[in-house]
Amino acid sequence: MKLEWHRKLKELLDTAIYIKDIKGEDFLDISFLIKEISKVYEDFYQYDENFIEKFLMQVESRLKFIIEEGEKTLTPYEIVKIARHPQRFTLQDILENVYDSYMELGGEKELNIDPAIICAKAMIVRKVENDLYFHQVMVIGHEKGHGEEFRQGGSAKPWGNEKALRYMKMAETEGTPIHFFIFTPGAYPIEDYPGSAQQIARNLYYMSKLKVPTIAFISEGGSGGAEAIGLADIRLMAEKGYYSVISPEGAAAIEAKLKEGRPPRELVEKCAKALKLTAKDNLEFGTIDKIVPEPPLGARKKDYKFFKRLKLELIRATDEVILQTRSLKFLRKYVLSKQDTEDFKFFVNWNLDEDEIEILIENRYKKYKKMTQWAVCEPKNIFKTFFDFGHNLGLKFKNEIKYRVLKPGHRGFKKFLEELTTESSLLLKPVSDPVKTVYNIIVSKKIRPKLPTPILEEEISPYTSPLALEDKTVTCPEAEKYGCPDIWVPDLYGEFCGVCPNCGYHFPLEYKWYLNNIFDKNSVKIFNNDIASGNPLEFEGYAEKLKEARKRTGLKSALLSFEAKIGGISLVAVMLVGEFRQGTVGVAEGEKFIRAIELAKITRRPFLALVHTTGGIRIHEGTLGLVQMPRCTMAVRDYVDAGGLYIVIYDNNSYAGPVASFLGSAPYQFALKSTRLGFAGPRVIRETTGQDVPPDYHSAENALKRGHIQGIWDRRELRKKLFTALLTMGGKNLYYR
Amino acid sequence: MKIEYQNLNLILQKFKANPYKIYPVVTPHTGYIREFKIKEGDFVKGPFGKWLEKPGSPLFVLERERNQKIIRAKISGIVQKLRTELLNKFVEAEEIILEIKHPLSQEEIISEILLSALYIIKAPETARYILSPTIASKLEKEGLGKVKVKKGDEILIMAFMKRETPIYFSEEGNFVIYHLYFTPFQLIERDQPLIGFCQEENLPYLQKIIERIKEEWSNS
Repeated sequence: MKLEWHRKLKELLDTAIYIKDIKGEDFLDISFLIKEISKVYEDFYQYDENFIEKFLMQVESRLKFIIEEGEKTLTPYEIVKIARHPQRFTLQDILENVYDSYMELGGEKELNIDPAIICAKAMIVRKVENDLYFHQVMVIGHEKGHGEEFRQGGSAKPWGNEKALRYMKMAETEGTPIHFFIFTPGAYPIEDYPGSAQQIARNLYYMSKLKVPTIAFISEGGSGGAEAIGLADIRLMAEKGYYSVISPEGAAAIEAKLKEGRPPRELVEKCAKALKLTAKDNLEFGTIDKIVPEPPLGARKKDYKFFKRLKLELIRATDEVILQTRSLKFLRKYVLSKQDTEDFKFFVNWNLDEDEIEILIENRYKKYKKMTQWAVCEPKNIFKTFFDFGHNLGLKFKNEIKYRVLKPGHRGFKKFLEELTTESSLLLKPVSDPVKTVYNIIVSKKIRPKLPTPILEEEISPYTSPLALEDKTVTCPEAEKYGCPDIWVPDLYGEFCGVCPNCGYHFPLEYKWYLNNIFDKNSVKIFNNDIASGNPLEFEGYAEKLKEARKRTGLKSALLSFEAKIGGISLVAVMLVGEFRQGTVGVAEGEKFIRAIELAKITRRPFLALVHTTGGIRIHEGTLGLVQMPRCTMAVRDYVDAGGLYIVIYDNNSYAGPVASFLGSAPYQFALKSTRLGFAGPRVIRETTGQDVPPDYHSAENALKRGHIQGIWDRRELRKKLFTALLTMGGKNLYYR
Repeated sequence: MKIEYQNLNLILQKFKANPYKIYPVVTPHTGYIREFKIKEGDFVKGPFGKWLEKPGSPLFVLERERNQKIIRAKISGIVQKLRTELLNKFVEAEEIILEIKHPLSQEEIISEILLSALYIIKAPETARYILSPTIASKLEKEGLGKVKVKKGDEILIMAFMKRETPIYFSEEGNFVIYHLYFTPFQLIERDQPLIGFCQEENLPYLQKIIERIKEEWSNS
C-alpha cells in the first residue's frame, strides 16, 4: 500500500511542477504546495499511514481545484508552453497507447538518420460489436521525446523529411492510409543536401497527389516543419496544441526588429495572442477540420482517456475520408457523425480502388483550394464575378476543344503516318505517300498553317530606372576582392542592367524594371489586380504598415499576376514584389498565384514565377498565410501534371515558406547572380543550431552546388535566356503532353 | 649556415623596445577627404569574425564623383600620424593619410624570429605539397624538432596537375625539422614558406629564446 502511495505522491509532485511550469510560480501558491509535497516525498517513510492518506487526499483535491482554475484563465502563450512541455504526450506514447502494435522503420532512438522523425508501420484496432478488425496504417511524425537531447525537440533535418517522404511512397505502393503526427517547433534550418527548403517543397509536391488517405494530427505545428508532413485530407488538432506560422518568440524578434538576443517576454505573450495560434482559432479559420478534446491543462504521458479518444477520432477521420470517395455512403456517414464511443457500428474497408483514388485526390484539391478563400479581400461585384465565371468557362471550353479534341487527332494520325513511313518506307511508300498528301491537303494545310519559328527581336519598351537619374558613381561591394572600378550610376542602372561590368555583382533593381525589360513591348497585361492584402487576424499595428506599403508602391498586394509575351511567345507570369512588405506571401498572394496558374492551365501556356524578393510567409496573417504553402503547391502539381511548363527565377533575396513550397517545387528553377536563397536567415540558424554560418552560405553558387537550382543567369541576358528556355524546355508547342 | 647570436639578440631587443609594426593607410584613388571617423590615438579594429566577414572600423570618408566611400582599417592597432589638415582637401592616389600602430602578439613575434633564424624551404611553384612518406612517418613518431635530415634527402613532394615532383634537401650540415608552414594538399602560393629547418646545435638556444618570449610577452 505504501509503495503505491509513494508512486502516487510522485505523480502529484510531477503534476504540481507541470502546473508551475505552465502557469508560473505565483499561480495560486503553487510553489508553496510543491515545497510541501516534496518535503513529505523526501521523508516519506517517517510519516504514519493515516497522515499520508489524508495528505494525499488533500493534495489531490487542491490540485484538482488549481487545474480547474488554471484552465479558466489559459492564455495562448500558456498553450504554447503546454505543447512544448517535456511531460506532454509524444508520438512514442501515441504509438504505445493508440495503436495495437507497431514496428519502427528507418531507425530507432539515437540510431536513426534523424531521431526527430519517426516512421512506423502500425495496426489500429476497430471493435464492431464483438468482432475485432485490424487496420494497417503508416505512422509518420515528429518525436519530441521527454527531454532527450538527440531528438532536437522534434526539429526535422532535411534528411529526416526525406525519410518521411520515402515511407510515404512506401505506404502509397502498399495502399495503406497514413497518419501524420506533427510535434515540431519548426524544421531544422540547415541547407546541407537536400536542403531544408527543397525537401519540404518536395514533400508537399508529392503529398498533394498521394494515392492514399492521409490524416494529420497537430499538437505543435511550427511553420514549415509542420507543413512538411501536414498536407492531409483531414487535419485534426489537439485542443491544447498550437499551429502557427512562426514561434511567438520569432514573431516577437521580428516585431521588435531585433538583430541579436531574446525578445522581451511581454512582447512574446502579445505576439502569441495576436498570431491566433490556438486550436479554436484555427478551426474558425478553417485551417484545421476538427479538435480532439484534451483534459484541463493538456494531456500528458499517462492520460489514457485521451489516447482512447484520439484513437476514436483517428479511425473516424480515416473512415470519413474513405467514405467521401464511395458512392454508397450516406447512411454510414450519418452514423459516423453521431458516433461517440469506441464501439463502432460498422466496418469500413480502408482499401481504395482506382476510381476512388481519383476522387480522393480531387477531393483533396478542392478542399485546399477552398481553404482561406473567405479571407480574400476582393471588391464584391456580382456582375463581374458572373462575367469572369462565364469568361473562364468559355476559355476552358475553347481550349478543351482545341487541345483535347483537335490536337490529339492530328498528332495521333501524324504519328501513325510517321511510323508507317519510317518502318516500311521501301515497301509502303507508294501507298502511304498519296494518303499523306491527301491528308495534308485536306486537314493540315487548311486548319493549321505551319507557324514560323519564333525569333527574339529587341522589342522592349524604353524604360529608365529612376535609380539611374543620379549623377554620381558607386562602388561595387566586391571591389576589394576583384578590384572593380567605380561605376557611374546612369550607366549602371541603364545599360548595365544593374550589373557590375567587372565582377558581375548584381545591384538590386526595382520591380518595374523587369516588367519593362524582359517582356515584349506593351505585352504586359496585369489581371486580378483588385485582390488586396488584408488584415484577417486584426494584428495590432499591422493595418497601418499595410496602408503605408500600399501608398508607397501603389500596389495592393505583394504579388503581381499578368499575361505577357517574350519574343511572341505568350505566357502567364507572376511576380513577387520586394517593395511591398518584403514580398511576403499571404492570403491574397496565394489566391492570385492559384488563379494565375489555373489560367495558364486552361489556356495551355507556360507559367513563369519571377521572384523579385520574398521574405517568406507573412507572419501577420498567421496560419492563413501558412496554408498558402500546401494550397499553392497543389496548384503547381496540378499544372505540371497536366503538362505545363513552370519556370521560377530568383533574384535578390528569397527565403522561407515560398521557397519551401510553390517556388521550390518547380522543376526548373534559376537564380540570377548575387541572389541569396535558402530556408532561414543567419540569425535564425544561429539561434536554433548555435552555429555561425559562413557569409556565402545562402549564395546562388552554393544553391547550384546543392542542386537546388538549375543554373545561374546574368540579368543582362535574362530576356534572351528566358526565350531560349521557353523554346528548348517547352518545345515547339510549349505544352508538351 | 649558423644563426648569428648577436643578430638574434639584436632582433629581440628591437622587439622589446618597440613591439609594434607600423601599417600605413593610403588612399586607393584620388578624391576629397570628407570626414575623419577617428581621432589620433584611437584603437581601431581590423576585419573580424570566423570568416573575417565583419568589416573593420571605419577610418575616413573619401569622395570622388559624389561617391562617398568609407575606407576601413585592415588591421587592428592604434591610430597615429593622422593628417587632419587634409580634411576637405584633394588627395592623390596612394597618399598616406594615417598609420596604424599594430601591437605584435606573442605568436607574431615568434614567427618573425623564426623566419629570420630558420633555414626555410619556399614553394617553387603555386601547387599542392605533401611531405615525403619517410619524413611524414618519422614526424608522426618523433614530433617536430627531432627529425634529422641530411643533404640529398627527399623532403617534399610537389603535386601539380597530377604530376608529382620530389623536392630534395640541399644544405650541408645537421638539420632538424622545426616548423611546418602548410597542411598537406593545401594550395600554396609561389614563394610562400613551406618548412623551417634548424641546425641541430642551435636547437637549444632557439628554444630558449622562444620560451623567453613566451614568458615576457603576455598573450593578448
